[in-house]
Amino acid sequence: MSPTPARPDAPVGVHELLRGNATARRRKQERRRRERGRAPRRGVFGTIVQVIGELLLTAGVIVLLFVAWELWWTNISANNAQAEAVHTFSARLQGPVTPPANPQKDFGKPAVLAAQPAEGEVFGVVYIPRFGPDYSRPLVQGTTPAQLDTLGLGHYDGTALPGAIGNFAVAGHRQTHGAVLDAIDTLVPGDRIYVQTRDGYYTYVFRNLQIVLPDRRDVLDPVPTEPHATPTQRLLTMTSCNPRFGSSERIIAYSVMESWQPAGAGPPAAIANQVAVNRPAAAAERG
Amino acid sequence: MYGWIFRNLPGPLWFRILTAMLFIAAAVLVLMNFVFPWLSQFNPFTDSTIGGAAGP
Repeated sequence: MSPTPARPDAPVGVHELLRGNATARRRKQERRRRERGRAPRRGVFGTIVQVIGELLLTAGVIVLLFVAWELWWTNISANNAQAEAVHTFSARLQGPVTPPANPQKDFGKPAVLAAQPAEGEVFGVVYIPRFGPDYSRPLVQGTTPAQLDTLGLGHYDGTALPGAIGNFAVAGHRQTHGAVLDAIDTLVPGDRIYVQTRDGYYTYVFRNLQIVLPDRRDVLDPVPTEPHATPTQRLLTMTSCNPRFGSSERIIAYSVMESWQPAGAGPPAAIANQVAVNRPAAAAERG
Repeated sequence: MYGWIFRNLPGPLWFRILTAMLFIAAAVLVLMNFVFPWLSQFNPFTDSTIGGAAGP
């Protein structure tokens, strides 16, 4: 609706002209608004640029999603998988879930599994009260992503088995995938680390931490970092990432075996509660 | 591209919004269950083993 001067021959003033401009502008905006409902008209070049831009934005969102998945979701799914693995493994175990009446008894030389378990087999549970009273994580054979990303503590192929003379070495994630060894730096010399297999319970005492470069495979030697020495001690070596969200170094925790008790004798008192929680069937039988 | 897909979805607006959300959910599920676990093995920041014994 263009402004109509009162008389056709009347001189057109500045106000009328401006009003005319405003109307034209409003019409143009309305047309644009209507076109927005339909496909916007663009040339081939414009379309290509738009598709590339949208793909780049999508890639950015996917990267953010990956970060969220890695830092948050892997912990949730791995924690569930590990709790399930612990329960499945514990259900097949024999022996009482109550601690022995005489915990000081010496049960002699520890039983050791006859052979290396099959790759991916859960053959034990590790209890570390320093990481929380309910900390119990499966011990699985192998240290490839297939094992470490879902089942927690992986036993390095070929290193000693729990209770054997030499170096029983395991790896675990510091962050992501359950973060099984996140609190490794909070271990205090003297802390107990309990390893449960079908044969019984091995009690290790934490000795010291070492931070090394990622290529220092000699920390897995029977006598760590002494390739030609003959082992006399029963050691447990745990390796994880260092620093917490990085991987430029590895943090190594050494422990020495203190004692063992066969499955028939029952678990050490310090972990008896959690052993019973992991084996609800046996705990119910007890009454 | 996404605008074109959305305009070419069938049905009324509410149905198209629903379909689009289903597509997004499906894409996220495929990423989280298949793509990210595979991608994760190339992430060097979670390697906790020693001596390049493989794996994060």
